[in-house]
Amino acid sequence: MSDNFNELSSIQLDALKEIGNIGAGNAATALAQMVNSKIDMDVPQVSILPFEDVADLIGGAEKYVVGIYLNVSGSAPLNILFLLPIENACLLVDMLIGKPLNTTNPEHLNDMDISAMMELGNIISATYLNSLAMFTQLSFLPSVPALGMDMAGAILDAILAQFGQVADHVLLLETQFRKEDVDVVGHFFLLPEPESLSVILSALGVNF
Amino acid sequence: MSNIIQVGMADLKIARPPDKLMTAGLGSCIGICIIDKNIKLASLAHIMLPSSIQAKNPQNRAKFADSAVEMVIEEMQKQGASISRLQAKIAGGAQMFKFSGDNDIMKIGARNAQAVEEALKKHNIKLLASDTGGNHGRTITFDPETGDLLVRTIGHGERVL
Repeated sequence: MSDNFNELSSIQLDALKEIGNIGAGNAATALAQMVNSKIDMDVPQVSILPFEDVADLIGGAEKYVVGIYLNVSGSAPLNILFLLPIENACLLVDMLIGKPLNTTNPEHLNDMDISAMMELGNIISATYLNSLAMFTQLSFLPSVPALGMDMAGAILDAILAQFGQVADHVLLLETQFRKEDVDVVGHFFLLPEPESLSVILSALGVNF
Repeated sequence: MSNIIQVGMADLKIARPPDKLMTAGLGSCIGICIIDKNIKLASLAHIMLPSSIQAKNPQNRAKFADSAVEMVIEEMQKQGASISRLQAKIAGGAQMFKFSGDNDIMKIGARNAQAVEEALKKHNIKLLASDTGGNHGRTITFDPETGDLLVRTIGHGERVL
């Protein structure tokens, strides 16, 4: 299965959505505990998109975002990217460190703020991967998180380039986290490497 | 009425004045801008990877540095450009993420920049200016009228090449 994402059956897509649902549900709970505030999540979307359309999901290629990226190795290598608008990232840092809201300034981030952002990404990803590992009985070994703060397109292309070698589309599992029904906090993307997809689907018992 | 023509990832577009070419959010990708100033014909290619040789799907030629430069030359010649007059400006090729270990995939920006320069040299296209490397994204606008390349960033200023 290289770029044959379109051949996925609806049962396979549903299985992916379901693991996304449970993984993201646990991640939302972890996030809520960290920032001590209610965090909701949307039903995950599975999309198969051409590269150039991915940035549109988060408000365009020029949107100023924070991206926390983890490369996950193991029998089903994949990539995790948690993208959030810079102002939302700063709010989460305020909540996490216990500062009054709107104290963290996007233009003057200190080491503590950066470290807090990476920790956010770390915990969300680890929680998500734990659920995925439980379901599939596969082991996932995440890298240390890497943090980028810049235009969404720029953050994405470094990651999408890896897929460019074998594909023109990317399969992504997307979940949005929201705080108290209003602000979209961030977007969580799971991007399986093309060959990982059939490994994960087999482990879930839906590889027909 | 002038239009700004958007160039997506792994895409290539050609324009004449008063239109301009633009590509947003270049990270490790590179925007290759090539112009024939005599006839004011300009192109912008947004490449993602250095080489089409090892790729499993080289069909999309605008995705790779080597094949994109060839494609630009062919397309511009079709519209009357002369290869001997072509001049280039490039921007992009940043390293957006820093990992502690050595990770080749993450150095894709530098490899892209090198591959673009080699491809231009191979076809004797003069590289007038470049703004590559660093760790920040770039949005670029190329003007076929003047040949100016405007580079915008977040937190790293704005410049015209």
